[in-house]
Amino acid sequence: MTSASQNSSRSGPRTSSGGFSLAKLLLEGRAFLALMVIILVFSMLSPYYFSLGNFLTMASHVAIFGILAVGMLLVILNGGIDLSVGSTLGLSGVVAGFLMQGVQLQTLGVVLFPPVWVVVVLICVLGALVGLVNGVLIAWLKVPAFVATLGMLYVVRGAALLMTNGLTYNDLGGKPELGNTGFDWLGFNRLFGIPIGVLVMVVIAIIGSIILNRTAFGRWLYASGGNERAAELSGVPVKKVQVSVYMLSGICASVAGLILSSELTSAGPTAGNSYELTAIAAVVIGGAALTGGRGNIRGTLVGAFVIGFLSDGLVIIGVSAYWQTVFTGAVIVLAVLLNAIQYRRRVKLPGSNGGPSTSPQQAGKARTADPAHEKIAG
Amino acid sequence: MNAAPQFEPAAGDTVLAARNIVKSYGGTHALKGVNFDIRRGEVTTLFGENGAGKSTLMKILSGVETPTSGSIELDGRPVVFSSTVDARDRGISIIHQELSLAPNLSVRDNIFMGRELRGATGLDFAEEARQTRMLMVDLEEDIDPMTLVQDLRLGQQQIVEIARALSVDSRILIMDEPTSALSATEVEVLFKVIRDLTARGVSIVYISHHLEEALQITDHAVVLRDGTITATGKAKNIDLEWIVRNMVGENFDLGSPPTGYAFGDVALSIDDVSIADVSGSDRLVVDRLSLDVRAGEIVCIYGLMGAGRTELLECVAGRLPVTGGRVLLEGDDISRLSIAERINRGLVLVPEDRQRDGLVQTMTVGANLSLASIGAFVKGMLLSRSQERSLIDGTIRDVRVKTAGAGAPIGSLSGGNQQKVVIGKMLTTDPKVMLLDEPSRGIDVGAKAEVFRLLGERAAQGLAVVFSTSEVAECLGIAHRIIVMRRGRISAQFGADVTKEQIMAASGEAVLV
Repeated sequence: MTSASQNSSRSGPRTSSGGFSLAKLLLEGRAFLALMVIILVFSMLSPYYFSLGNFLTMASHVAIFGILAVGMLLVILNGGIDLSVGSTLGLSGVVAGFLMQGVQLQTLGVVLFPPVWVVVVLICVLGALVGLVNGVLIAWLKVPAFVATLGMLYVVRGAALLMTNGLTYNDLGGKPELGNTGFDWLGFNRLFGIPIGVLVMVVIAIIGSIILNRTAFGRWLYASGGNERAAELSGVPVKKVQVSVYMLSGICASVAGLILSSELTSAGPTAGNSYELTAIAAVVIGGAALTGGRGNIRGTLVGAFVIGFLSDGLVIIGVSAYWQTVFTGAVIVLAVLLNAIQYRRRVKLPGSNGGPSTSPQQAGKARTADPAHEKIAG
Repeated sequence: MNAAPQFEPAAGDTVLAARNIVKSYGGTHALKGVNFDIRRGEVTTLFGENGAGKSTLMKILSGVETPTSGSIELDGRPVVFSSTVDARDRGISIIHQELSLAPNLSVRDNIFMGRELRGATGLDFAEEARQTRMLMVDLEEDIDPMTLVQDLRLGQQQIVEIARALSVDSRILIMDEPTSALSATEVEVLFKVIRDLTARGVSIVYISHHLEEALQITDHAVVLRDGTITATGKAKNIDLEWIVRNMVGENFDLGSPPTGYAFGDVALSIDDVSIADVSGSDRLVVDRLSLDVRAGEIVCIYGLMGAGRTELLECVAGRLPVTGGRVLLEGDDISRLSIAERINRGLVLVPEDRQRDGLVQTMTVGANLSLASIGAFVKGMLLSRSQERSLIDGTIRDVRVKTAGAGAPIGSLSGGNQQKVVIGKMLTTDPKVMLLDEPSRGIDVGAKAEVFRLLGERAAQGLAVVFSTSEVAECLGIAHRIIVMRRGRISAQFGADVTKEQIMAASGEAVLV
C-alpha cells in the first residue's frame, strides 16, 4: 500500500534484515520483474518485439485496460468489485457514435451535432450514472457488489444492443461543416510521438495516485476497504465513499470506451466484452488484495502492462490465440498465489520494533466478521 | 462415538489435565502457565472475570485452539487434539458460550450435524428424530425435532446446544455459560441432568457468571484471574465471598477519581432511551433508561453480559437507532444524526472489539491515528502531510503509544498499545464526550492502569467519560459514579465509595449477606 510505504520511509531508522530483503524485494516487485522477463524473452524470440514503435503500439493496447484497471483498483481497494465496466465501455462507444451521427429533436425538427468535447463530457456523465446506480444498489440497498454489478453488466450491454439494434456505428469522423470533427484524435493522434490513449492513461493514473495518497477521500477509501466498521466509527462517510468509487470506475470505463471506439473508428455494442475480467486481472497481478485495503496505482499499471505485453508478444511470435488465453490465465493464478504468500508473510513476521504481530486468526476473524455483520444489519 | 477406555479411573481421579498451558495472541497472554485438572464424575467449576482466560482454556481443552506451549494429558497420557472432531472422538465435547447452531436447519439436523446416522438407504432420519425426541424428554423441553432452530427462542436454542453435546455420549462435557439464556426452571432441569451425568461417571466443567447458581452444582472450584489460577477448593470449604475475593483480587490499583475541580454542565443526556433487540424479538435490550453525565465526570457502567451496556453505548454513538427516547449532547437532540455528525459535534465511541471495530489492520499506526480527524488537514484539495505528521507524533507522545514509529504496521503493537491508538484516534477529534465500551478488554494490568490514568487526565480537562466494564475492580478505580445495569435498566447507582459486593449484588451476580 502506497501510504504505508511512504510513511515508513519517513519514519526514521528501520532495521532491514540483510539476506531476507532481496527475497522481499523480489516478492514485492514481482509484477515489475515479470514484466522485465516478458520483455526479455520476447525480445529474444522475435526481432520485431524490442522496438520503440512496437512498444508504443503495445502501450496503446494496454491503455484501454490500464484505464479500466485504475477505476477497478479504486473499487477493489474499497472491498468491492465492478463487473459492469466492460459493458459500460461498450455503451459509451455506442452512445458516442449515436451522438456523432447527430441527435434528431423531433419536436423542434432539427438535428443537433454536438461538438466532440460535449460528446466526451456527456459520455463521462453516462459512465458516472452507471456507477451511481451500482453504488446506490451496493451502499444503500445492500445488494452484494458482485450481484449488483453483474446485473448492470447485462442491463448496460442490453441497452447498447437495443440502441443500435445490434449494429455498429462506423462513421465517427464527423464533418467539418457540422463542426464535430476531432473524434479520431483520441485514438489516432500522437503527442510527442506518444499515442493520446497512452497519455490519457498516464494522466488518469496520476490523478488516481493523487486521490489515493494525498486526499482525505483516498485515506477514507483505504480505511473503509480495510475495515468498514472501524472506518464508520471513526466518522468516515463510508457510503459516500462507496458510491464515489463506483462512479469513478464508471467514468474510467467511459473514457476507455471513447478511446477504443476512436481507435477502431467504429462503435459496436459488443465492444469491451469481458474486459472487466482483464481489468480485475491487472489489479490482482499488481498486488492488490481482493479483500480490500491493499494495493496501489503503480502496481496496477504494471499489472496491465504484464497482461498487454504478454498477449501482444504471443501474437508477434505467432502463438495461437487459444494458447494466449491459457497463458494469461496461468499468470493471473500465479499472481494471486504470490499475493497470498505475501500477505500471509506480512502477518506472520514481527514488525521492525520486535513487537509481536497480530495472530493470523485474529486478523482473519476481524475480516470475516464484516460481511457477517452487514448481513445482520441489512 | 468414543472408544470405550480400557482403564476406568475411579471417581475423583483426574481424567483430563492441562499442564502448564500458555496461550498468547500477539502481544497479549491469555493464559500464563495454567494447570487444571478435570476429575471423573465431578463438576469442576471455573470462576473468573471476563478476559480472565476461562473460555480460552476451555477451547484448548476441547481442541478448538492449540496452546502456545504446555501439554494436555488424557488418562495420564499426553495427547494433542488436532481438531474438535478429534477431541469429540476421544470423548470430550463442549457447549459453547456463543451458540454454534445452524439457524436454517432443524433441531434434528443440528443435533446430528457432522455425524449423521447412516441407514440402509442413505441417512436414517427416523432414528435421528427418535433420539432427538428422547433428548428433549430428558431435558423436559417440548420441542419438535423438525422445528427450525431460527424459530426457537434463545433459551430453547441453548437447550438444543446442550442436547447436541449430550447426544455424543461424552466422558467429559464442558459447559461454557450454558444458562445465560435459560429460565430458572430450565436451569433446574439442566442441573438434574448434570447430576445424572456425574452419577454415570461423566466429568463436567462448568463456567458461569452467576456465581450462586454455579456454587449449587459445583464439587470443585477453580478460580482464574488474568490467565493464572489463583485458587482451588472443594465445594464444602468455599463460599461466595471466597470466590469473589479470589476472582477480583485485592492489590489492584487502577487509580482514584480525579478531584480538585468542579464538574461542568451536563454534556451528555440520555433521556428515556429504549433500544429494540437486533435479532428481532419483542424484548427491549435497553428499557427506558435515563442518565446525565457532566463535563469532567467519569461514569462507569457495570453489568453482566447481555445487560445492554454495549447496545446503550452503540446507540448513543449512532450505530444503533433509538426505539424510544432521545440522546442530547449539550442540550441538542442528536438522536437522528449519523455517526460522523456526532463525532463532529464532539461525541465519540471507543468500541468494545478493537480488532473488529476499532482498527484498520491494513493501515499503519499513523494512518489509524489520523483517520478520524483526517478531514481537518485538507488544504485546498490535498492533505497537508506536515500537519498530519505533527498530529500523529503529538498523539503518539500524548497517549504514550509504544511503537517503532508512525509507519509501523498496526498489527505490530501489543493489545494495550493498540487500544491506546484507538483512544488516541478519537481524542484527535477533540471530543466533549467519550464513550468507551470495555476499554480494558484483553489488555494487561499495566496498560489498563495507563488507559485509566489517561482518561482521568482528560476528565480533569473537562472531558465527560462514560466507560463500561464487566470487571468489578475497574468500577472502583477512576469512576466518580458507578451505574449498574441489569436487563436493560439501571438497577443501582453508587458513588465512588461503593464496595465490590454492593455492585455484584445489584448486577444480579451474587447476593451476599
